Amino acid sequence: MIAELGLAALWLAAALALLQLLLALGIGKEAGLKAARPIAVAQGALTLVAFIALIILFLRTDLSVELVAANSHSAKPWLYKFAGAWGNHEGSMLLWVAVLSLAGAALALLERRVGEKMLVATLGAQAALGLGFYAFLLFASNPFSRLDPAPAEGRGLNPLLQDPGLAFHPPTLYVGYVGLSVAFSLAVGAMLTRNVDAALARAMRPWVLASWVFLTLGITAGSYWAYYELGWGGWWFWDPVENASLMPWLAATALLHSVNVLAARGGLKSWTMMLAVVAFSMSMVGTFLVRSGILTSVHAFAVDPQRGTFILVLLAIYVGAALALFAARAATIREGAPFDPVSREGALVVNNLLFSVILGVVFVGTLYPIIAEALSGEKLSVGPPYFNAVAGPLALLLAALLFIGPVLRWRRDKRPLAKWVLPSALTAAAVLAVTFAFVPGMSILARLGLALGIALLPASIMPLFGRSLNRTPLAVWGMVVAHLGVGVALIGMASESAFTREKLAVASPGDKLHVGPWLVELAGVAPVAGPNWTAIEGHLRASRGSGAETLRPQARVFTSPYTETSEAAILTNWNGQLYAVIGKQRADGWQLRLWWKPFVTLIWLGGGLIGLGGLIALVGRLWRERRWGREAL
Amino acid sequence: MSRGLRFVPLALLLAFVGFVAWRLMQPADMTIRSQLEGKPVPAFALPPALAGHASLSSADLATGKPRLVNFFASWCVPCIAEAPVLAELEAWGVAIDGIAVRDKPEDVAAFLQRNGDPYERIGADLQSNVQLALGSSGVPESFVVDGRGVIRYQHVGPIMPQDVGTVLAELEQAR
Repeated sequence: MIAELGLAALWLAAALALLQLLLALGIGKEAGLKAARPIAVAQGALTLVAFIALIILFLRTDLSVELVAANSHSAKPWLYKFAGAWGNHEGSMLLWVAVLSLAGAALALLERRVGEKMLVATLGAQAALGLGFYAFLLFASNPFSRLDPAPAEGRGLNPLLQDPGLAFHPPTLYVGYVGLSVAFSLAVGAMLTRNVDAALARAMRPWVLASWVFLTLGITAGSYWAYYELGWGGWWFWDPVENASLMPWLAATALLHSVNVLAARGGLKSWTMMLAVVAFSMSMVGTFLVRSGILTSVHAFAVDPQRGTFILVLLAIYVGAALALFAARAATIREGAPFDPVSREGALVVNNLLFSVILGVVFVGTLYPIIAEALSGEKLSVGPPYFNAVAGPLALLLAALLFIGPVLRWRRDKRPLAKWVLPSALTAAAVLAVTFAFVPGMSILARLGLALGIALLPASIMPLFGRSLNRTPLAVWGMVVAHLGVGVALIGMASESAFTREKLAVASPGDKLHVGPWLVELAGVAPVAGPNWTAIEGHLRASRGSGAETLRPQARVFTSPYTETSEAAILTNWNGQLYAVIGKQRADGWQLRLWWKPFVTLIWLGGGLIGLGGLIALVGRLWRERRWGREAL
Repeated sequence: MSRGLRFVPLALLLAFVGFVAWRLMQPADMTIRSQLEGKPVPAFALPPALAGHASLSSADLATGKPRLVNFFASWCVPCIAEAPVLAELEAWGVAIDGIAVRDKPEDVAAFLQRNGDPYERIGADLQSNVQLALGSSGVPESFVVDGRGVIRYQHVGPIMPQDVGTVLAELEQAR
């Protein structure tokens, strides 16, 4: 019954989306303008009903539903039953559609800044996006289809997916990806109705900020998850799936900065429209790359080329239409007030160029394996050597830009700027000198990263100087916190890459190993058992100077299905993490892998600060609008 | 903004969509050409895997005519699926040598009794050393070695009926 209810809600929502699109195309005239908002809200409510229905089915483990039978199990803890609703292709597409139409509903309920005609056009664009995905769900991946007879037990007890981090990491990213659809629809609506102006930018800004915060937090959490769960000691692998989440983030970061120029100065109009289209396109490209299996050709059995084709067709239609509209309208968009190269706008243009180039670099690197295969038939993979060498210096240039950009004035800045730049530049130079004196073997990228990261700590709070702190808008505080986070993360990355100490050894109980400042003793190895796994657990005693800490890394073997995983043991101190992994038994002992990673936690702390900064700015923008009204901005 | 520039994003999108659509339509090419193809077989000498079969060393492979070297194991389920295809190859006159990976003589004997025995010589690779030296990552895997003991072709995974043509052609080329 619940499954049928969900399916019916989905069909109704699809019908409403079609109606909404027709209204935007001019059917209904005046009546259409009035009906657009309620229809968008109703459509959002219906997809929410469908999504809740799916969650109930999973919580009850209703095995007569094919999706539940394939992906759940009655013995799962309830949290994973709950998260199981979106831990599969069909459920995650339903979540995608639900977020998409709820975003449309929120836009319809809250947006009063832009004209009514433009809003109808925007909601029409949002409905058009929705329609494609409704069709995808209803015709190609129905999450509610029944099984008759129902099996006695479900098949989904994959132990690797039973992790709280994995349960909430994908939906966080999804909200970010799909939130960018609103920026896309607003850009399309504005170009259609020729209303590319500051009011549009102010309407778009909170959506970009919110999506960007979700993407930032999602990527940061994903990075930490890979770090502690995979047991490889790394925090970023430039894996195609990671890149698929990074590309929308890069585009959204550029958009976040350029939309401010449009909101404050009416400049960079066509560029911002283009970025708004590109940002959501990158979400779709990422989804396509991950689900079509075109990149991981060796593992192609895990995915479905037909689904890939469907997403590719949707991508071609939506992005193609938006870019065609852009090409048609770009000439008619009049640019706003001119500006000098040395100005806030100038710095933001450089920021945007750098982010775009990094995006291009990551895009090409991610696709390069299939390009190479097409051209020469060679199978190869592009990894950290390429990405770090090309994207690293560009990212450092961006960091250096932060010394000056945020303190510049709009339009033109004729002040002597040395006063602003000198303290940070001197800090950077001092750190560089110290590293040359004490750490001769450091790589140039890590050296510069450390110097720029430390110098960014004072540089990022520069914009607060000369301001009355009580009257400083929250958005400026948000910017300061986010830029501070960039510095903090940069220090963590540089420290991790330059100062990590690694020890790989075969040890027997009683053996002592040195890694960095630590003396680690393998006190013993014992078997342990969990509900559906057995493991060997190492008992490590780690000390530096006085006192001793205990680490218990495990090598686990899950029974059904048979899976080997390694549970790293991580000891977190204020100045770094000791990371231990135990491996196979050898004739003369156990494989032990130890890392001492100084200040590695700063990477995720910085990521969290960047997200927090975005959140502060978002709250500040919304609160200020409420308080001062829309015109005052 | 100049007229040409405005169409650049659209053109890039079309290029991307066209390219990946073309790649999607290509059947996924799962063959990985071994780095060892064209190189002589690394020197090895394995004891016989069971009584009644000769031992296998790298010198035994350079006999003047192409041979198929098949890595298998009694504990390997895809090997059971491969066995009838190997029998078919043997019927075509292909000389096949086996390397039993991490196996016990009685298990190998039972496996051959149940699934047929196409092998001339069978070496026992108890620690996977030869397997690793030949750049093989799993069982089953097969190598075409020409008459001078040079590796000409590597087949990853079981040889299935649809692969027989390829393997015979590689053997013919190695002649």
